[in-house]
Amino acid sequence: MTISIEPQKTNNESLQPKGWLRYFSFSLDHKVIGIQYLVCGFLFYLIGGTLASAIRIELASPMSDFMPRDVYNQVLTLHGTIMIFLWIVPVVNGAFGNYLIPFYVGARDMAFPRLNAVAFWLIPPSGLMLVASYFVDGAAQAGWTAYPPLSITTPHSGQIIWILSVLLLGGSSIFGGINFIATIIKLRRPGLKLMQLPMYCWAMLGTSLLVVLSTPVLAGTLILLSFDIIANTGFFNPVLGGNVVVYQHLFWFYSHPAVYIMVLPAFGLVSEILPVHARKPLFGYTTMVFSIMGIVVLGLVVWAHHMFTSGTPPWMRLFFTIATAFIAVPTGIKFFNWVATLWGGKISINSAILFSCGFIINFVFGGITGVALAQVPFDIHVHDTYFVVAHFHYIVYGGTVFIIFSSIYHWFPKVTGKMLNEKLGILHFIVTFIGFNLCFAPQHWLGLNGMPRRVAEYDPQFQFVNQISSLGALLMAISTIPFLINVFLSVRNGKDAGDNPWNALTPEWLTSSPPPVENWEGEAPLVEEPYGYGKEISEQK
Amino acid sequence: MTTLDSSKEIQKNNSEANETHEDFRMFGLITFLIADGMTFAGFFAAYLTYKAVNPLPDGAIYELELPIPTLNTILLLVSSATFHKAGKALLKDENSESQKWLFFTAFLGFIFLICQLFEYFHLPFGLTDNLFASTFYALTGFHGLHVTLGTLMILIIAWQSRIKGGRLTSQNMFPLEAVELYWHFVDGIWVILFIILYLL
Repeated sequence: MTISIEPQKTNNESLQPKGWLRYFSFSLDHKVIGIQYLVCGFLFYLIGGTLASAIRIELASPMSDFMPRDVYNQVLTLHGTIMIFLWIVPVVNGAFGNYLIPFYVGARDMAFPRLNAVAFWLIPPSGLMLVASYFVDGAAQAGWTAYPPLSITTPHSGQIIWILSVLLLGGSSIFGGINFIATIIKLRRPGLKLMQLPMYCWAMLGTSLLVVLSTPVLAGTLILLSFDIIANTGFFNPVLGGNVVVYQHLFWFYSHPAVYIMVLPAFGLVSEILPVHARKPLFGYTTMVFSIMGIVVLGLVVWAHHMFTSGTPPWMRLFFTIATAFIAVPTGIKFFNWVATLWGGKISINSAILFSCGFIINFVFGGITGVALAQVPFDIHVHDTYFVVAHFHYIVYGGTVFIIFSSIYHWFPKVTGKMLNEKLGILHFIVTFIGFNLCFAPQHWLGLNGMPRRVAEYDPQFQFVNQISSLGALLMAISTIPFLINVFLSVRNGKDAGDNPWNALTPEWLTSSPPPVENWEGEAPLVEEPYGYGKEISEQK
Repeated sequence: MTTLDSSKEIQKNNSEANETHEDFRMFGLITFLIADGMTFAGFFAAYLTYKAVNPLPDGAIYELELPIPTLNTILLLVSSATFHKAGKALLKDENSESQKWLFFTAFLGFIFLICQLFEYFHLPFGLTDNLFASTFYALTGFHGLHVTLGTLMILIIAWQSRIKGGRLTSQNMFPLEAVELYWHFVDGIWVILFIILYLL
């Protein structure tokens, strides 16, 4: 009869471990979960980056002398899967979404905190499973697309672990998406209208809709694929009467929206960062909202542009070319809105805005090659060449990863209460920007001249350009060092940031840094104009 | 004794302290069911594409006997109605009445699964015979998995609606409403599946 009831007396936060231990616990606090996502994702980024370096070392010479050809295939499969499913998707959605969305809607936590924690804790085990699949006899080597019949005919064990891991990561992604939709639509503070939300909320709403609508289709497809591998059915096996193109349709129904799942949140984040550092309101808020939703709708009906060489009928080519070209319109609107936000602003040059501007430059380049790739005659010429690799990395590295770094420089003071070192930050930006462009710009040329992707050996005439590209990759690898030094030094001895070092107006800065467990002392502030910089001055004119 | 009382008191206080916003578990469930429905949509799309473009080998059987699936359709539709009855009874605080209807619903779900298995054992083709056979088993199997989980959940809430110490009351309807929505969803999917797979 002397059962202690002490821990039940107060709410769950006193049950949560304090200090660094809380980052290893099943914490329900959205801020802790956000950091868990970020750090976990960054560790996987280091693994994926090491694999990328291995790929570039191999490609520095025309022969496959650094690793055997099948190991090369395994390495590029693991590189793609890790970077997409364990670094970009979890970080740009899970990490920043969890940290910022409750602040932006004026809530104390996400709508379903427990589901949120479950969604995060699915990631480390499935990530470790994915990495472990490399050491199994017969690791997955069918690329991140796992196209049959390649994925059916290559050794089975690694491919099955790969499928299981991607299914779990997809589940985590769906749980996260449900949580974001409920939080943004239902958990808004009373009085806060949808059209007053910071742009990142809209981006996350659109992204989560895509996650909820398209990820389940990938899950179903991978289940059918695993039937083909384990039970010897013939869904995607032409020998048994199956149809490989059906796999491609179902796969790209998820994986094209997946590109927007990776890049839409980055659009939202850059829309938060630019107004703060340019001291100007975000240009064209309403058009931004409508272009996000336009991208969501169009993003669901363009998938077959990945399949122009898969025997698609002419009407399908026509439809998907036009639909894809249309996406350039909302994307272009957003691009011009960012430029107009910067135009005439009082821009302070720091690492956050440098990375954001780097994003704009890289992204417009990746966008232009994207429109080019949507054209059937051009696409047939460069399909499965390094041109596609270059385009894709301009979007996801030059686009999203630049924004991830920009966001880390922008919100580091919020999370830790310490400033990052600006000199190291600018050094990080310069090395990353030069390294990135040196690595991927030459690959456009390689692709146009016919160098195929996913092959360990190539024509010796491409050697010089490949070596330039590998040099760029080396710079990108080096650029991580000043960043890591910066973070470790600043967490310990960084300059005190105060509560609002950027004088920002978005809600997360209107509380102390780092924020209290309940996000606000007292009631959440009602922020009707999150971008109201210099409002009076412009009205006086 | 006092410990138990005070812990209940504390739990009540806690639940009040946590109720700072409206309950939107239902909203989350609907979002999840949309996602789940997309999985079925993917399967249906694959099946219809196969039907349109992939000819079956000579002698493949793709015309199915209708009596068992028709019986199954009726079973599921009736079970939706009985589940609804259970909810209405619980709303009127008639817990034992509600529990009776819930057990009956679970029983119908169980009969559905038995019939499904009976059909599996008497079909003239196996999983790997041809593309139609594989898709048939994948679709009905995935749906059967949903029915199995649904039946288990109905049994759980039937247990929770017991009069002594049950947590399912007219004040706490959410578990029943959630499972009911899921069950109607599974029924709806079955009707689509029945039309596409058996009738088309």
